Order: sequence, then C-alpha cells, then structure tokens
Amino acid sequence: MSSAVSSGKRASWVSRGWRLLTGRAALAVLAAVMVTLSLAVTDSTARFDTLGRKLMCSCGCAQGLMGCDHVGCPNREGEMDQLRTGIAAGMADQAILDGFVDRWGATVLAAPTTKGFDLVAWIMPFAVAALALAGTILLVRNWAKNQPKVAPVKMSSSQAAAEGAMRERIRRETDTEGQL
Amino acid sequence: MAAFGSFALLIALVLAAYNLFAGGVALRLLAVGGTNSTAYRVAPERLAETARRAGIGTFVAVIAAAFAMVWSVFHNDFSLEYIVEHSNIALPIPYKFAALWSGQEGSLLLWSLLLAVYGFVLRVTHKTDVKLYAYAGTILAAVQVFFLLLLNFAAPPFAGVRGGVAPPDGNGLNPLLQYPEMVIHPPMLYLGYVGFTMPFCFALGALMMRYPGEKWIHITRRWTMMTWMFLTVGIFLGMHWAYAVLGWGGYWGWDPVENALLMPWLTGTAFLHSVMMQEKRGMMKQWNVWLIFSTFLLTLLGTTLTRAGLVSSVHAFAQSSIGTWFFWFMGLSLGVCLFTYILHRDHLKSEHSVESLVSRESSFMFNNLVLLAACFTILWGTLFPILSEYVEGTKKTVSGPYYTHVAVPIGIFLLFLTGVGPLLAWRASSFRSLRRNFILPGIAFVATAVVCLAVGMKPWKEEAVLYSLMTFSLAAAVITAISSEFLRGAGVVHRQTGKNVLSSMILLTRRSTRRYGGYLVHLGLVIIFIGFAGYAFNRTAEKPMAFGDTMEIGPYTLKNLGNTQESNANYDSEFSQLDVYQGGKKILAQPMSPEKRVYAVNGQPQTMVANHSTLRWDLYLVYEGRDQATGLPMIKAFLNPLVSWIWIGLAVVVFGTVVAMLPSASPSRATVTAPAKPGALAGHPAASLAGSGD
Repeated sequence: MSSAVSSGKRASWVSRGWRLLTGRAALAVLAAVMVTLSLAVTDSTARFDTLGRKLMCSCGCAQGLMGCDHVGCPNREGEMDQLRTGIAAGMADQAILDGFVDRWGATVLAAPTTKGFDLVAWIMPFAVAALALAGTILLVRNWAKNQPKVAPVKMSSSQAAAEGAMRERIRRETDTEGQL
Repeated sequence: MAAFGSFALLIALVLAAYNLFAGGVALRLLAVGGTNSTAYRVAPERLAETARRAGIGTFVAVIAAAFAMVWSVFHNDFSLEYIVEHSNIALPIPYKFAALWSGQEGSLLLWSLLLAVYGFVLRVTHKTDVKLYAYAGTILAAVQVFFLLLLNFAAPPFAGVRGGVAPPDGNGLNPLLQYPEMVIHPPMLYLGYVGFTMPFCFALGALMMRYPGEKWIHITRRWTMMTWMFLTVGIFLGMHWAYAVLGWGGYWGWDPVENALLMPWLTGTAFLHSVMMQEKRGMMKQWNVWLIFSTFLLTLLGTTLTRAGLVSSVHAFAQSSIGTWFFWFMGLSLGVCLFTYILHRDHLKSEHSVESLVSRESSFMFNNLVLLAACFTILWGTLFPILSEYVEGTKKTVSGPYYTHVAVPIGIFLLFLTGVGPLLAWRASSFRSLRRNFILPGIAFVATAVVCLAVGMKPWKEEAVLYSLMTFSLAAAVITAISSEFLRGAGVVHRQTGKNVLSSMILLTRRSTRRYGGYLVHLGLVIIFIGFAGYAFNRTAEKPMAFGDTMEIGPYTLKNLGNTQESNANYDSEFSQLDVYQGGKKILAQPMSPEKRVYAVNGQPQTMVANHSTLRWDLYLVYEGRDQATGLPMIKAFLNPLVSWIWIGLAVVVFGTVVAMLPSASPSRATVTAPAKPGALAGHPAASLAGSGD
C-alpha cells in the first residue's frame, strides 16, 4: 500500500517536473523567435562574410568567393573589392548582389534567387517532403485502421494470473515491458 | 606491355559477353524447362557452369590489364597517351599507383577491376545458393560488359600517344592528387560505389527467379553493409582530403561530384534500415527492391552528370565525353528494372502492414522518407542548373547557401529520428513505454539547449547558430537514448551473470552484434553531427606577414619566424614558419609551416595546409601566395571548432559497422515454463514481440 502511494507521489512529481520543463522550453523557444524577429545583423565584417558566402568566384573554378584560393585568380580580388566598396558605400544587401549579377552574370550568385522560376528550386524539396510525409501518415493510418480485429482471448482467472506473472518476470529480467 | 593490356581487355570483354549470353540462355532454359535438362543438347546446368567459369576468366583478364597499366606507369612508358597525361619520371612511387585512377581511362579500368574482384568473390562462393548466384553473376556480367565496352572502344587506357612519338617525360599527376590520402580515397570510394552493384544484382536476380522467402536479403546483407562502409569511409576521406589540400578551410562544398557520392549513400542507408522490416515482418518488399534499384541507378546518374560535363564541378579532371554511354546504359538498366518489376510484382506482396503510427516500423518508414527527401533535395539542387538553363536560358548556380537552407534542416530531422527510432517497439509502443524511454533523452535535450543559451549561443542572430543549437541538443538526447539502451541491457546481463558493467556491455554487444553495432553506428553519426555543428563558429583572419609580424585569431597569436623558398625535382615551394602563442606562452615546440607548391612539370600550384588539431578546434593556416600590393606572403588563418570530432565519429561508425557484420554469439539458454493456452498466443501481440530487438 505504502509502495503504491509513494509510486503515485513519484509519478505526480515527475509529471509536475515534466510540465515545468516543457513549459520553460516553450517559453525559451517563444523568446528566441521574438528576438529573431527584432534583431538584424549590422556589423560590417559580419556583412562582408555573410554576403561573401552568397557569392561564387566567377573565374570558373566552381568555388565560393570566400573559398577561392587560386594564385593569381583573375576575378577574386575584383569581386572582393566590389563587395568592400558596396558595404562601405552603405548599399543594401540586395543592391550589392544585383550589382554583382549585372557585372559578372547570374552564375555569380551561390544560390538561386527567390523570384520567378528560381523560386521552384526552393519550394520543390519542401513540397515533395511535405507530400511524402502526408502520404506516409495517411498510408500508415489506413493500414492501422484496416488491421484484422483479433478476438479477445478468454482466459480463466488462473491463466490470467499465470500470464501476469510471466509478463512481470519478463519485465523484471529484461528491464522492459516485454517489448524488446 | 601496352599490347598485352589491350589484348587482356579484349579477352575480358569476350569472356564477360560469353558469361552474359551463356548464363542468360542457361537460366532461361532452366526457367522454362524446369529440371528436365535431358531435353537439350547441352545441359543448362553445365552451360551455367561454363558461364561462371567465364566470369572467373574475366577477373583474371582484367587483373592482367590492370597489371599492364601499373607496369607501364612504373616503367614510364610514355608511348601511352594516358601515362603521358597522368605521370612523369619524378613522380614519387606511391603516387604512381594514384595515376591509375587520376584520369578517365584509368578510373574506368579501376571500376572494371573492382567489379571483377566482386564478381570473383561471388562466383567462388556460388555454392551458398547456386541458382541465385547464377542469376546475380549473369546480371553482374551485363554490367561488366558495359564497362569493358567503354574500355575497349570509348576510352582505351592503352591508346598510343598522339603523333606517335613518345615524349621524354610526362605531364605529371594533377598536384591536387599528390597527397597521401589520394592513394586510398579513390579506391575506397570505388569499392563503395561499385559495390552497390552486388546487392542490385542479387535483388534483380531474386526478383527475376521469384526467389521464395527472404534468404537473399540475408545473403546480401553483409555485401550491402561492407559496401556502405567503404562508401562512407571514401566520402569522409574525400572530405579530409578537401580540408587538407584545397585550403579553403572547409571539408564539404556541395560540389556535384560530392553530391553524386552522397545520393547513393542516402538511398543505401535507407535500404539498410527498411530491409529489416522485410526480414522481420515480410513488409516493404516492393519498396526495398526499388531502393536498391535506385541506389544502383543513382551511381550511374552521378557518373553521367559529372563525366558528361553537364554540371560544373571542381573535379574537372573527371569530365569527358563518355557521359552519353552512361546515359544510355542508365536508361537500359532502368528499362530492365521496370520490366522485371512489372512482370513479377505479384511476388512482392507484403505479408504484414504497419499497425501503429508509433512503432518501430513507422519510424523506419519516416527514416526512409527523410533519407529520400534528402536524396531528392540533393538531386534537385544538382540538376537545377541544367533545368534553369533549359527554362530560362541561364545556368543558375546552386551551391552551399542553398543546401544550408534546404538540406541541413532535413539532416537535423534525421538526427532526431536516429534517436527516436530505436526507442520504439515493433508493432506498437504503449504510452507507458514511450514515457519511460523518452523522459531521459527529453531532459538531456532541454538541459543542453539551456546550457548552450547560457554560455552565449545566440540562435536568433544567425541561422547557422540556430542549427548548431538544435544539433547539440538533439545529439545530447540521442547519446542519452543510446547510452540508456546499452546500460539497460548491461544491467540485465549484470543481474544474470554478475559481470561488471563494461564486461556486461561487451557481452551484450557480442550476443546481439547487429543491434548494438547499429547503435554504435548511430553514436558515430551523432558525433559526426556534433563536428558539423562547430561550423557555425568558424573564425578567419588574413594578413600579409613580414618577418616578426604577428596576427591574432581566437586565443592564439601567430608570429612569423620567416618566409622560405625550396626546390626539388618535383616542385618549387614557398612557405612561412609561424610560432603559435597562447596567453603569451609558446604552445607548439615546432613552428607551423603553411606552404604553396608549384609543380615543375606543369606549373600547377598546390596548397599545403598547416593544421594544429585539438578536440576543441583546429588552427588551420594557409599560405595564399604573395600579396600583389606589398609582395609579402599572405597568410590566412582559420579557427574551426570541433572538426576533429568528425574524424572520431567516422572511426566509431566504422567500428560499429564491423561489429554489426560479425555473427552474434549464442546466448545462454534457459527453459521458461509458460501457461498452456492452445491457439491463444497465435493472435496475441506478445507472440511476435519477443526477440525482435534489432
């Protein structure tokens, strides 16, 4: 009896602790989202790195601008200078990137834009993943629903007690619920 | 020797073609005539045996051709175009081997050689299941014929030098390949890439012959795991090579060639998981067959994309004109797969279906879904430049930033499933077991997130930091989940045997190598993800440095001791020597020496990175060349956190895979008396739960 009471107390303590933890985690996530929306990166060095990572070296080496390390690369310094000048002149990020496209061509951008046909590049992976996820959930639910019904086994009280004892032994010896 | 090599390749083609033809005829006769072999002039079994022997002959002939190529490289036979293009007299001996796969023709010869080696193993172990092996061997011969056709007619490695006059020296090996790992990285990759042909052949063969039961999966399991391991090691060796040689401070550039390797790895990983459902519950048969078909087809697609030059790649040395051949072969292979599937799909009916959304089976399905979503994303990103050129007339670039936004979240979700899957029971998980299994990982997740925020991570400032935070938190949760599984099992063994915890864990792993080897692989992947997560905190500094100049990066101060030039027969080099100080104290006995080499034979430069690696971070120095304005050496320093953990994680993955491939030790047996309930247990869920632990 006392063991059942202490087990009940423990369960309620765990449950309260769990609720507290999940509540705090939810608050932390909410706070993170709020701050994300209110802050912006303003540091010019960080801008240089951030924008630089969005650009390719246009010499044909197929490497990013920040990663190109060819000796005597004909384009890298020109691109770097253009980027520094744009940031120093206080141009907006998009205006700087547009300037690169005008001078070096569309291939200078390391990723497709979010306009026109380029948008398809961004949408398609998520659309396919979402469709596949929805399809899988529907399929599994459908399978689960159409499982043949298993008639409950009628057991005498002694059989039920013996099965209970066996399950308890499995649980004790394998430290599971008999569901390895 | 060139004539010998060419002749060996021709003989290999004839033998492989015979293997395909005779094997095909024999299997057809056996299929239509059953066991009545006396009706034919040559017994089909005998014909099949000659086909098998021709397959072994192909192996001998391809070995001879490969030997001829190696001999020609070592003897500087510049009468061969391939040797002129990929070797020279001063090339160090280990790199002479690397010359074998540094060019188009040589790498095709290596592909054919590995295929022949795999085929040889298959043919000498045919007694495991003669008929299935005959089918698999015949399909393998078809693939071999394709590669030998290429080697004989499209890209002959023993072609004579243009103009007919042998030059005194060759052009040398691509400097990027003159690095120790290049001697083992490509063979490893090819072992993995080519190796997926084996499970493909067995799967297609099993479907063609309507193989009863799931024994073919047991037969191919070790092939698939070994192949997967080789491909994994190959990919990571490539990452390490890129990190150490290319000098841009990173290890993965989402280059089309890298993507081409990753795609079959992803589908192969999905196959290794979902095939367990077929073994244990007779489910997902059609899915598994298509997964392994797709894996093989993706190896061909990756090769087609890069060899046809359809997409731009830093691996420019791999581009050529044989993409069309691969394109047609891929189409033909797809046609054969489709035809066989349509003809025999009734053989692939599932015996069971998923019973609950919260079960091990559904976690495997979601795991497959995520792996395939990742594969599709990478394929889509790789193909988008071609698509955009077709639609808009402009070839768009799809590089790192795209994949960071699209593929990284998928990877993080996969990490989540890595932890969740093993905690779910087969068929259905009860709420009680869910709460019991998830409470500790849940606490670890939240605690890690709180600690990360407390130590100053600001996920709201940068997307990469947000991903890192999620990765660290999930990694903690998954490690807790895996540790709990080990400790729980070890606790049971400890109670049964009285052994200490470590011995209990070892015994537990030996008793169920597959299950606990799998957990070790998961643990290794989590460690690798932790290494990846450090990327968000990379720092760089760059400066022209004269003698005595200093540069700060993180807690380190670099002091230039001098800039030096050296020459040898193979290359000229320039390097700086920099002492490293931390808190005013010199921390390295020897200075770090980043170097730039220019190879004499072709004037090509190569970066030799200096890297001081610790568990916390790598101090990574690059000699970029002379600054145009000052004439001083330009030194670029990177501080890359947690990179070492990627290589440690790889070691754990390899160890786990090897453990999973070992046979399990027989457990001690005890008799348990259960209450007799005739007929009752057959319909009871407990009947299929016990012992289904993988």
